[in-house]
Amino acid sequence: MDIAAANSIAMGLAVGLGVMGPGIGIGLIVGRALEAIGRNPEASGSVIANMFIGIAFTEALAIFALVVGFIIKFT
Amino acid sequence: MEGGISIHLAPLTLAHLGNWPVTNTLVTTVTVSVLLIAFAYFAGKSLKVKPGKGQVILEELVSYPYAFVRDTLGNDKVAERTFPIIMTIFLFVLATNWFGLLPFTEGVGFNQPGLHEVTPLFYSPATDLNFTLALAAIAFFTIEIFGIATLGALGYGKKFLSFKSPIAFLIGVIEFVSEIARLISFSFRLFGNVFAGKVLILVILYFVPYLLPVPFSGFELFVGFIQAAIFALLTLFFTKIAISSHDEGHDDHSIEGSAHDMAERIEGGSEEGLHHAVEDENALLDGGTLNPRITNNVVSA
Repeated sequence: MDIAAANSIAMGLAVGLGVMGPGIGIGLIVGRALEAIGRNPEASGSVIANMFIGIAFTEALAIFALVVGFIIKFT
Repeated sequence: MEGGISIHLAPLTLAHLGNWPVTNTLVTTVTVSVLLIAFAYFAGKSLKVKPGKGQVILEELVSYPYAFVRDTLGNDKVAERTFPIIMTIFLFVLATNWFGLLPFTEGVGFNQPGLHEVTPLFYSPATDLNFTLALAAIAFFTIEIFGIATLGALGYGKKFLSFKSPIAFLIGVIEFVSEIARLISFSFRLFGNVFAGKVLILVILYFVPYLLPVPFSGFELFVGFIQAAIFALLTLFFTKIAISSHDEGHDDHSIEGSAHDMAERIEGGSEEGLHHAVEDENALLDGGTLNPRITNNVVSA
């Protein structure tokens, strides 16, 4: 296997596996946030704001995986 | 990758000033700064006591975030001083992100000897790690300085170094590490989001050049806004954490706090204070942003 092919496979694995966890996490966050809004619709403003903060933290992990993937592939 | 997609992690260099490379992201950053400063200058010069339409919109754009910052921090003095930098971060990141989506940013460029592709004159600055790292450093020092200014050097240092018990010591170490990790997560979040967006649009342009890039460009507009908001909001929340000491406990005293503030302002008797107090009261009455927390407290009490 030449090095370019190995790089491509490594990037695919790194990004693919790294995105799985944050995907589940964002699903949980949004699910719980919607549940909370359903229970207490008047609090939707602050729930949505906090939801986006949580999403940003979780999504950062997926982005790290993506950056690592780019670094593997292009450097 | 001959004839395919070309992706660079590092920004392309346009020219050299002595030993100092001038990259296209740097050119864009300077351009956006100049545009923002010019906008602020002309908007500030034409302010009137009786506002016109444009001024009403501008005032709303400033006063709504300010009320949010004041509500979140619960400390008027810090809010007054930290609001300009938080709003600047927001506007600057937003402006650079959206400037990077304008059609000419990647189209206009010139050929360089030795490179078989066009070097664009403008390019979205957040695709350059130097830019995001600089912003993260600014946010980091802002947070630390406000923490020290509010709690005092000793009070702030106690968060990280405490010999009360082994667990307190360990918590201090963890706090310290998470403080440093903030630099990394701040910079890489913005960098990764914008860079991934650029690559996404590039890949889609390569495979389906017509129509399909449009919704994704719209999505990039949304991402640019969200990332700017997240950057500013996280700076705000970390400032909030930095200025609150461990000893006070974390009970939610927002209502007592705001009622106390109101009383103080009314007692203070200044016209501005009264104006603020009346505003707060209105917000309480008409079920604005303050209402949800009240319901929450009533429910939990």
